[in-house]
Amino acid sequence: MPETITDLRLKDDSTETDTAGVQQLSMQQALNRALDEILAKNPKAVIFGEDCGRLGGVFRITDGLQAKHGEDRVFDTPLAESGILGMSVGLAMAGFHPIPEVQFDGFAYPAINQIVCQIARMNYRSRGTLPMPITLRVPSFGGIRAPEHHGESLEALFAHVPGLKVVSPSTPHDAYHLLKYAAARPDPVIFMEPKSRYWQKGPVDVTNATPGTAAHDDGGLTGARVAREGRHLTLVAWGAMVSRCLQVAELAAEDGIDVEVLDLRWLKPIDAEALARSVGKTRRAVVVHEAPLTSGLGAEVAQLITQSCFATLKAPVERVTGFDVPYPSGDLEDEYIPNIDRILFGIQRVLEYRRG
Amino acid sequence: MTTNPVLAAVDDDAAPLTHHQLRELYTLMAAVRHLDTSAVAWQRQGIIPGYAPELGQEAAQVGSGYAVDRTRDFVFPTYREMGVARAMGLDMVGYMSTHKATWHGGMYNPLESRFAPIQAVVAGSVLHAVGWAHGQTLSGNAAGDMGVAMTYFGDGASSQGDVHEAMNFAAVMKAPVVFFIQNNGWAISVPTERQVAGGSVAARAAGYSIPSLQVDGNDVVAVFEATRSAFAHCRAGNGPVVIEAMTYRRGPHSTADDPGRYRTLEEERLDAGEDPLERFKQRLLTDGVADEAFFADAQRLAVEEEEAVRAGIADLGPRPGAEMFSLVFQEPTPALQSQATAWREESEHA
Repeated sequence: MPETITDLRLKDDSTETDTAGVQQLSMQQALNRALDEILAKNPKAVIFGEDCGRLGGVFRITDGLQAKHGEDRVFDTPLAESGILGMSVGLAMAGFHPIPEVQFDGFAYPAINQIVCQIARMNYRSRGTLPMPITLRVPSFGGIRAPEHHGESLEALFAHVPGLKVVSPSTPHDAYHLLKYAAARPDPVIFMEPKSRYWQKGPVDVTNATPGTAAHDDGGLTGARVAREGRHLTLVAWGAMVSRCLQVAELAAEDGIDVEVLDLRWLKPIDAEALARSVGKTRRAVVVHEAPLTSGLGAEVAQLITQSCFATLKAPVERVTGFDVPYPSGDLEDEYIPNIDRILFGIQRVLEYRRG
Repeated sequence: MTTNPVLAAVDDDAAPLTHHQLRELYTLMAAVRHLDTSAVAWQRQGIIPGYAPELGQEAAQVGSGYAVDRTRDFVFPTYREMGVARAMGLDMVGYMSTHKATWHGGMYNPLESRFAPIQAVVAGSVLHAVGWAHGQTLSGNAAGDMGVAMTYFGDGASSQGDVHEAMNFAAVMKAPVVFFIQNNGWAISVPTERQVAGGSVAARAAGYSIPSLQVDGNDVVAVFEATRSAFAHCRAGNGPVVIEAMTYRRGPHSTADDPGRYRTLEEERLDAGEDPLERFKQRLLTDGVADEAFFADAQRLAVEEEEAVRAGIADLGPRPGAEMFSLVFQEPTPALQSQATAWREESEHA
């Protein structure tokens, strides 16, 4: 993580055109390609988890990698998440760069001791002699009508833990570069993949060097991203909610409301300067996330905005989130995940706020 | 005590311990006994806030630690492996700094000492050993030249799921790891019969098809030989081994514990058996390996060592507060850097 994460050039991939270096890839393909390149470049990188070898993962993110790179580089483990993450610690101590996968977000819970007490603390506990260059891939969030524990929104839990970094891409381009960037880091990164976006295609510039993996940074991927410019208010989102917020922005534009969408990307560290820049301009903000409201990351974002923009804010920062209920089953998912109407209501609350 | 024949065949060529080695083992045990009992006294004197004694486990710890090859093996301790640390030649001030509350995990260098940071979530490091061991396999080390991981845990930790996941992973992957259980009879206040189903921890290994053996944990030579056999088995590429050293925790679980609430002195006397240090001394005398002058010398060395460690601990002093921030990440976050700046400014102002 560069010290000034917001100094880097912001890039809006919606302006990309298909040129030689830009390919139309789904996020699944982009992630697969990134992992392939990581394995090819770093002989110490190893990928493992449940079914990620011969099957290529239940979402096929590791498809073909074992056949290409061998069973020592990409391997199936027994079905035990604590085992997978605990093993990552030992491999890191032995000089490897583990890229473990938990099959679904809810299965990170059985491994929470290894994530929180071990992976996150070993660098500190060992006074920096045992770094944990682990990238934990977590297929995250809901939206695919999956059974219980197959759709969760754990970002606040991870971001609260000292020693962990958390990132969630929203586009194939970012997925490709952020995964390469994360895997090149000496610190543990929780990589939250929006599973409902795995099959959406988008342009991926595969010619740009990934920041942090080349001699110079040139991708602008280490801070937040302005996904859409606007003047009247800022929607702050990450992961799967970014595309929904872009939809909302289109609808709001029909009513003459010019919405800016800020894709946070990094959930720890949060790009506070990008928040200040965007909301400093629009003077209104709505945070959108799938996780429950109480003690969610939205509260953190709202506080960061308040700290930098209190004097110029025209309304309190609003939140449109999931509810304080267990992530519901598929039939109720649409009621739980912030939908277009609820986000529009959030926008309305901010625009119509009057000081008492 | 049961021994699995699979292991016995592996190490047929191992030479018996020389007299020099036997004396060295005794010297180590005497040093560990004196440092351990002194550390309890340090706590009573207010020199350190807490300590987890290992009185009665000197043979299990020194015997196993003595078998480690520090050029290629790696040990994963919990918080009660002072004797292993000493047998492996750790910087004991660095080791004891954990108990002085100077730094979680200790001030020694785990990479140089081949001794992972001290660990309070007792089964957590058992999986780390499996990962490290599998790394040796992935590194393509030839059979016979394999680095071996040894992980220490107790009868209490064996109840945790991570131990079962670790044994299963290790067996499936044939990882070169020695699971070294010190069954000291008590998990704080709960005796083994209320802690370990199935009769013993070693018995569980059969379910994972891991060769296992129980060893008299109060016999330092037996422990050393069992550990040496297990290392040879692992090093040859045969996968993991479980050793259960049957011993007895003669003192409290920690300096905050009160064993009088859950066992009587009479029970302690009956259950503890023979003192491993005294037992080894009598054996060395009987076998003509050492004389009274040697034991007196060993005790003198132990006292000198303890005094040096105590002085080192006293000199440690608190760590600079900035380390609290600078050692969280290899690449600190902007938020953490600004918190460190604020802390510094507010501290200096105060």
